[in-house]
Formats: sequence, C-alpha cells, structure tokens
Amino acid sequence: MEVGQMQRRLVDYTKSLFMEGFLDAQFLQLQQLQDESNPDFVVEVVSLFFDDSEKLLNDLTMALDQPNVDFKKVDAHVHQLKGSSSSIGAQRVKNACIAFRSFCEEQNIDATLRCLQQVKQEYYLVKNKLETMLRLEQQIVAAGGSIPMIELGF
Amino acid sequence: MKNSIGGKGSMSTASSITTWKAGDVVSVPDQFPAGLRVLVVDDDPTCLIILEKMLRNCSYDVTKCNRAETALLKLRENRNGFDIVISDVHMPDMDGFKLLEHIGLEMDLPVIMMSADDGKDVVMKGVTHGACDYLIKPVRIEALKNIWQHVVRKRKNEWKDLEQSGSVEEGDRQPKQSEDADYSSSVNEGNWKSSKKRKDDEDETDDRDDTSTLKKPRVVWSVELHQQFVAAVNQLGIDKAVPKKILELMNVPGLTRENVASHLQKYRLYLRRLSGVSPHSCNPNNSFMNPQDETFGPLSSVHGFDLQTLTATGQLPAQCLATLQAAVLGRSTAKSSIPMPLVNQRNIFSFENPKLRFGEGQQQHVNNNNKQVNLLHGIPTTMESKQLTSLRHTSQSIGNLNMQVAPHGAQSRQNNSSLIEMGQPLSRVQILNDSTVPLSVGQPIVPNGIAANVSTRNGIPENIRAPGYNLVSQTSSILNFPMNHASELPVDTFSLRSTLGMSDHTSKGAFHEDFNSEIKGSGGFLPSYDVFNDYQYKSQNWELQNAGMILDDSQHSNSLQGNLDLTQSVLVQQGFPSGQINGQNRSVPIVSKAMFSAGDSTEPGNLLNVNHHLNTIRADNTVRVKSESVADGNPSNLFTDHFGQEDLMIALLKQQQGIAPVENEFDFDGYSLDNIPV
Repeated sequence: MEVGQMQRRLVDYTKSLFMEGFLDAQFLQLQQLQDESNPDFVVEVVSLFFDDSEKLLNDLTMALDQPNVDFKKVDAHVHQLKGSSSSIGAQRVKNACIAFRSFCEEQNIDATLRCLQQVKQEYYLVKNKLETMLRLEQQIVAAGGSIPMIELGF
Repeated sequence: MKNSIGGKGSMSTASSITTWKAGDVVSVPDQFPAGLRVLVVDDDPTCLIILEKMLRNCSYDVTKCNRAETALLKLRENRNGFDIVISDVHMPDMDGFKLLEHIGLEMDLPVIMMSADDGKDVVMKGVTHGACDYLIKPVRIEALKNIWQHVVRKRKNEWKDLEQSGSVEEGDRQPKQSEDADYSSSVNEGNWKSSKKRKDDEDETDDRDDTSTLKKPRVVWSVELHQQFVAAVNQLGIDKAVPKKILELMNVPGLTRENVASHLQKYRLYLRRLSGVSPHSCNPNNSFMNPQDETFGPLSSVHGFDLQTLTATGQLPAQCLATLQAAVLGRSTAKSSIPMPLVNQRNIFSFENPKLRFGEGQQQHVNNNNKQVNLLHGIPTTMESKQLTSLRHTSQSIGNLNMQVAPHGAQSRQNNSSLIEMGQPLSRVQILNDSTVPLSVGQPIVPNGIAANVSTRNGIPENIRAPGYNLVSQTSSILNFPMNHASELPVDTFSLRSTLGMSDHTSKGAFHEDFNSEIKGSGGFLPSYDVFNDYQYKSQNWELQNAGMILDDSQHSNSLQGNLDLTQSVLVQQGFPSGQINGQNRSVPIVSKAMFSAGDSTEPGNLLNVNHHLNTIRADNTVRVKSESVADGNPSNLFTDHFGQEDLMIALLKQQQGIAPVENEFDFDGYSLDNIPV
C-alpha cells in the first residue's frame, strides 16, 4: 500500500474513533503535544496508560472478589482509572468509570461487578483501536510518510 | 526594572518584565514565565507524564514526583528551588491536602490542586486548605499556561507584607530583582523569592519586633524550625501560645514576633482542620475566625446598632449584619466568628462591601457613592465642597456611616481605589475651607469601618469603602476582625470626636495635614477625608481621619493626632505596602477601631484607649496580614501620590489652628502581637 493510501486510511480510522466516542478532544491535546523533541510521545503515553490500567483492573477484580468488599478501596481504584482515562481521552472508559463509582457509593456488589465487566470491555476495545491506529502510523512513518493531522472540527 | 514609586507595573505577557511599584514591585526575568520551576506530584503515571509534557511545552522547568513524600523531600532539600507546586488530591501515600498544608507551613509556595473529582466539597476543601487554584482533570494545556500568575501574585503580596512603611528599601529589593538572567537556576539568586527569602533561613530579619518599619525578610520555616515552634507551642499550651512567648522559647536569632505570629496563625488553621471542626458556627470560615476572639474585646461597644442601620439602609447586606451581630454578640461570649460575614476564607474581601455610602445618614449628602466615585478618581473637585456642606448638616450620619463601614472586608479593589482616591480629596479639602472639610478623602484607612465613620461624621457619605476592610479580611479571618470592629467603631468614634472638642476647623485642618502626609507614607492609607467633611463632627471626624490616615503631621490636635498616629503606625506596622491601599485599609480599620472604641469619652484619654485598641487590633492585623497575602494590589502608592496635596494640609491647618498635633503617643512600634493572641 502506498503512503498516500495509508494516510487516508489512518485519517478515516482515527476519525471514526472520535465519532464513535472512543476518543475525545483530550486525545487531540496529546497529539498536539507530540513534536520533534518528543516524536513518540503519544505512543509512550498510550503504553503507559495500558500498563497502568491493566494493573488497576487487576486490583479491581481482586478487590471485588473478596468476601467483604472494601468499597472505599474499589472506589479509589476506579477514581484513578477515571483520571487516567480522561487524561488520555479514552472517553468510553471514563464514562464507564463514572457509572462504576456511583454504584460503589451505593455499595451494590452486583452492580459493581457488572460495572467492572463494562469497564474492562471498554478498556479492551479502546486498547485495540489505539493499537491499530498506532500501527498504521508506524507503517506510514516507516514508508517515509508523515502523519496527517486530524481536523475534527470539534 | 523596578519602578520607583509611581506606577504600578502591569503584568505583561510572558516575555516582559513586570514590575510594580516599590513595595509591591515584583520583578521578573525577561523571559518570564518561561523557566518557572514547577513541581508536579501525581501518583498516576499517565497523568504525570502528560502534565510534564504540557508544562514543558509552556516552557516551564518541570520536576515530577509520583509520591507526596518524595515531593516533600525534594522541596525541603531545595527550598528555593521551586516556584509552584501542582499536586493531585488523591494519592496513596499521603492525602493531597495534607501535602498542601505541609507546603504551606514549611515553604509557603503556591500550590495548585487537581483531581478528576469536581465535586463542590472537594474544591472547597482545596480552598480552605489554602490551595491557590484547583484544576479538574483532564487538565488542558491552556489551564497550565497561566499558572505563573499564582507565583507572581504571591510574591507581590509578600512584598507588600514586607513593606512596612512607605519607605521601601529599594536597594534591598534590587538584588531580588536582579535575577533576570537566571530565572530558574540557582537557589539563591535567580530566584525571585530570594530577595525575600534569605537562603533558607529564617533569621534574617533585620528588624526587631518593634521595628515595624523595617523590611522583613521572608522566613523560611524549615522542618527543624517548625519543630522548635511546635515544641514551644506545646510547652506553652495551644491556648496560651502567644507569639512573643513562642519566640522567646524558640530563641532563634533573627526571628521576629511577626514571623512567629503569622506562622502560628497558619498552624492554628492547620490544627483546626485536623480537628475537623471550627468552633464557630457562625463563621463560614471558622478557622479563620478564631484568633479573633481576643481582639474583639474592644469592640464590645460595637453594636449591631450600626449594623442595623446599615442594613436597613441597604448599605450593609443583611447577611453581613447578621454576621456582624453574631460576631459582636458572640464575641462577648466566645470567639466569635465575627469576621464571618466578611470572610470567605481568606478572602474577606469577597464579602460584599457595603459601600459605605452612607446613604442614610448622609442625609445631606447626595453623593454618597457617586460622589465617592468621583473622589475616587482622585480628581479633586469641588464636589467635595458640596459634599462637605451637606455633610455639615449631617452630623449624625455617623451612625449610618458606621454601618457602611461594616465589615466588608472584601471590598473589591474598587473600593479601595475609591478610598485611595479619596485620598485625593485632600486637595479637596482645601475646597472645604470652611470648616466642613470635605473629607471625601475619607476613605481613611479605616478600613471600611472607619471609613464609614468618617463619613458619617461628616455626614458625608463618602465612600468609606471598606477597602480597608477588605484588605483585612483577606489576610485572614483575623483581619476581619478589625474590620468588623471598625464598622462598629464609627459610632463610637463619633462620640469621641465630639468630646474631643476639637475645634471644627482646627481639627480638620490638622487632620488634613496629617492626612496628607500620612497618606503618602502609608501608602495605601486612605485618609478618611470624609471625616473632614463633616466638620461638625470635627474632632470626631478627625479622629476618623486620623485613624485612617497616617498622620504624621503634628498639626492635628493632640487627641486626634494620637489616633492618627496610631493609624499610621498601625498601618506602617502592618507593613502594608504603601502601594496597597487595601493593605492600608486593613490597618486602618484597626486603628479606627481602636479609636472608636475609646469612644465616647471624648477625652484624649479616649484616644489612648483607642490607640490601645488599635494596637491590639493592629497586631491582629499585622499578624493576619502576614499570613495572608493580600491580593489586593492597590498600590498604596496611588494613595501617596494623590495625597501630596500640600495645600490641603494648609487648608486644614488653617482650620485647626489651635490643635496641637500630637505625635504618636502610642508606641506602636512593634506590633503588639503580644496583646493579641494569635
């Protein structure tokens, strides 16, 4: 595939992520932060997000698996995940976290378990999408092209 | 970079140097805010790295930490190494608010809190704990671009604190500002704060307790020092811990009572927070209020009465009245949350200032507010005279005026400026010629309260804005205290005045003179010219004026003088930067209060009492002021500039003729912090 085509594909793909709510304007901010001095900034941040989130999800799973669930702890983890997902622009994950927190307040074990599933699902979805997008970018760069800026018109 | 007294610099854009007038001059390097040294603390690695990049993109010098403990360590090791701290609220090893408190107590750096949590109570917590801002995550780069304002603001306020008298030691400041080039590099120089803060040590204050006029270098409260402090406090017992004793116990050379007092205040807030409650329910900001109890004493005479009037007239917001009353009443019993109405935490000023338009009392004065406004602009107009005339008639407006004065510390700058402008009225005073000196000047420092008084006396509804008040309140709840009182005082003052029996003119004349001179010195001291306006109150007015104004001129009648001096000294001691009108105001209220409380007895003796109170009050103010940086930047300079009206003084002098100016009889040299239990 030649560079131009790849670039077009990337643009379309990225746009769809925004349209479908996987990503929000905060992600654009991240992209804008990337520059020559930090050419891999987005990749770095996203990787960090993945590592951190997976750890949090594990902690959450364990916490909810206890006979006596410590909702404060659960809430703290969810709050953290909410913070990092919002910082990166992972909108659907963030929204799932918001719902999760309200159930934590109610101390509703069933609902929180469901929320956990929901958050996990959203997380894996966005992870997949981001990885695809980043791969496309890498390919373009490898082929000598440049990453097109997305104009979303938000 | 520094300007000489004269103009306020304006903050320019990032790349320009900003300087303010002496006193509140803060020079920043050319490339400012580039190179601003930021410490960012967040346990979330994703957020941390994003923030770091964003801050770097703003050209700041960033250090990141993912643990609060590490952050504190870094801060302690390198006291002058950072300009501002950004911290997350929720962290596993230490609560963000706790970190905030530590930083406030030990290093006194501006701290910005951030969180994904945008709940009102969390944000409020940030405010009560002293955060200078609160950012909601996800943080955008635009939000970070302006964080430098907090650094500058804090410095500016510190400057003001340091400046006691009008005589700013420019020379001393110079070194501070010489860091153009090395904005971020070395700890000692290049650091804006360096001039203020001697390299982490607290003992450089060259001033002794009594030298209110000396510049006070910033004291850095290291861990050791703080521990010594805490030990001293515990030894004395938290209730009995007064700055003087603490100072003695600590036995640290170079540390002043003021340093201790302001630190004590912070510490008390901190403790209060720990205990989770504020004893005074009436205050919204309980923590702030407590210290005030002591000071209220003199105010007992204050009375809701004025407040009521004020409220009735709509001048005083009902809530203020309630608070004031509560405060006043409460005071007698316990610490009252008096300052409350005014206080919004640190910012008393936010409290709506009831403009002291003494509408009602003024009866004749038409121009209460409006006129005031005119005055404010510093354009001596004949309006004053008009007003004065009317004022004359309104001898009793004082009561009303007082109301106005009511505690509104939170006056916006505007008020202050009005006050300042009022200073200008000095010139107007001349116009007055007739005994009814238009005291439009009025605003006399008497922060709010006093101002009010003045006007009432004169019947001139000068805008006795509470500017003075505002300032006070800002500094801390404590300040509120004075303010409140001030308002109340007016009433008393009036009586005082009359008793003083100052001859109409003479007193006025004297007053003006002092006033003018004072004004200059006090820098922000708004002479309560209004007082003059109503000469009927003559002596009274004078007092008010004096209170407001730092009168050095001896022309005033003794009694008045005394008061005035007080004001002056108070102001000076307050260390309000001359430029700060607000600051001035603060002191003023206090002073006036004192004066007022002395109240009726009219004799010069009263004055003494008043002064006494003033001292006390002042002390409070002082303390308060210190702890809190008065944001108001009204440069008192404004004031001084305006007040150079020699002719006003002359006019006043003519009037007073017989009044022998009394030099400051009270020795306010040092803050009588002792008196005030901080």
